[in-house]
Amino acid sequence: MQGSSASGVTFAVSARGLTKAFGNVRAVDGIDLDVPKGMIFAILGPNGAGKTTLMRMLATLTLPDAGTATIMGHDLSSDPHAVRGSIAMTGQFASLDEDLTGRENLVLLARLWGFRSRAAKQRADELLAAFELTDAAQRQVRTYSGGMHRRLDIAASLIVTPGVLFLDEPTTGLDPKARQGVWRLIRALADAGVTILLTTQYLDEADQLAARIAVIDHGKKIAEGTSRELKAATGSGFLHVTLADPEQLAQATALLEAVLQSSVQRSVEGAVLSIRAGTPKQATDALQALMAAHVELTDFTMGQPSLDEVFFALTAGPKETRPGSAS
Amino acid sequence: MNDTDLLAPLLQTVARPPPPSALSNALVFGWRAALKFKHVPEQLFDLVMTPIMFTLLFTFVFGGALAGSTDDYLQQFLPGILVQTVVFNSVYSGMGLSTDLGKGLFDRFRSLPIWPLSPFAGLMVGDVLRHLIAGTIILTIGLLLGYRPEAGFFGVVFAFALLVALGFGMGWIFIVLGLLIRTPTTVMTIGFSFLFPVVFASNIMVDPATMPGWLRAFVDINPVSSMTTAMRGLMGGGASPNQLALSLVAPAVLTVVLAPLTLHLYKKQ
Repeated sequence: MQGSSASGVTFAVSARGLTKAFGNVRAVDGIDLDVPKGMIFAILGPNGAGKTTLMRMLATLTLPDAGTATIMGHDLSSDPHAVRGSIAMTGQFASLDEDLTGRENLVLLARLWGFRSRAAKQRADELLAAFELTDAAQRQVRTYSGGMHRRLDIAASLIVTPGVLFLDEPTTGLDPKARQGVWRLIRALADAGVTILLTTQYLDEADQLAARIAVIDHGKKIAEGTSRELKAATGSGFLHVTLADPEQLAQATALLEAVLQSSVQRSVEGAVLSIRAGTPKQATDALQALMAAHVELTDFTMGQPSLDEVFFALTAGPKETRPGSAS
Repeated sequence: MNDTDLLAPLLQTVARPPPPSALSNALVFGWRAALKFKHVPEQLFDLVMTPIMFTLLFTFVFGGALAGSTDDYLQQFLPGILVQTVVFNSVYSGMGLSTDLGKGLFDRFRSLPIWPLSPFAGLMVGDVLRHLIAGTIILTIGLLLGYRPEAGFFGVVFAFALLVALGFGMGWIFIVLGLLIRTPTTVMTIGFSFLFPVVFASNIMVDPATMPGWLRAFVDINPVSSMTTAMRGLMGGGASPNQLALSLVAPAVLTVVLAPLTLHLYKKQ
């Protein structure tokens, strides 16, 4: 299950040149994608990058303007009905009937799949038990918490085990505990053999879950690989320093950039500066320069770039340094 | 929380059942519509309050002036208010559709291997239930106030069958609006600003003979008028086949034109 170009691997999803424009905006602009069976594959990108549109095309909800795709061997444009029979999709917004109870929602969907009344109820109860929703089964979905919503939504996608499960931003809007719960659920599903294609704007989510990551921005795929490959492509070592006094931010940034000949990235929440440092020697030089200028540090570490840094390097950096996206 | 141990058997034991028929899909959506009445009974309040108010106001405030006595007026007005109720209530399925589309629910339905029109069939089942419930309540109030259907029990049964057919035809207008407009309240506003003139400029409340010529011309061709005439005929006795056929023209045309349009809009989304 390593490289997507390895021969003999059958792909759960294989797309070529998928394109969709809304007016003048090319939401998805010629994306190729190969998702091997049984893998958790993440599509990473900021808001508006085209992730959801890409997902909706693959799930037969939006017609592509151009391009082709096969899902579990079924052609997207010529046989969407067969595609629908082998996928399940959990969208960004809970696709549940808020007025009905959790159990009624699952029974409704099981009946639509063709289960007879009794089998449908049995399937609903199995799913409710596995997702720890038995106690809430008879309550209207509008009373559920965010985490319960999401669990029921995922359960609703598993009435019949899908060949590919599409999860569009599965943890957006969840609190950290519920988020952990959904992560464990996704891993357990993958362990049970379900191919999962998920979109996320959270780098740590892609890093934690996915065996492969495709980074997309402005409708184009700008990189693809394992999280290790993406990090390696950005640069070997990164120096992270935490300033004691945020007032010295500008001074420290100027010094680091002068010594290391690279650009500094500042953490969103505060005074952590990260910059590429080719070797430990160069990093030491930079730290000495900070000491000499009386910039006080509370912490420093040397390590691999975080996916954040990879992402910013890919989306904001010069195009020629982007790792090859063809595979 | 969830272990692989717990999920794996869940995923491996289930086999996909044989594909269900289109009818089965449609019935399941009908079941959903029926469940809505169980869980959101307050929607019935919205449904019948306006027609009850209209019945009482028009009968007791205007009835004497319009028809000589409240009893005579009610005899003319009740079949008309049933038509009005069905026409107004057809707005609700459009609002429901707009609500469903605004959330992700229809995305799930659309990603299932089911008959594409079955969710709409479900809306129609909901509509029929609404029309029958609201119609029964209005008729009961009418009976209490002294309305007497001269055609008897079967006249009323046929009248209700016609009512459901009328509602079915009108329903398409608002399903199309529901597909085009994402805010349920806008669907309602547009719906009512279109329906109010159509319902008032008809023979439901007033004898058109008292209206100016240009308006009478409109009232005569207004489909709501022919629906009302047919309802009066069925409930009061003496409906002609011509009247019945005329009342069904608009619903039939709406269905033939708007059902394919609905499917087109739905697929295009």
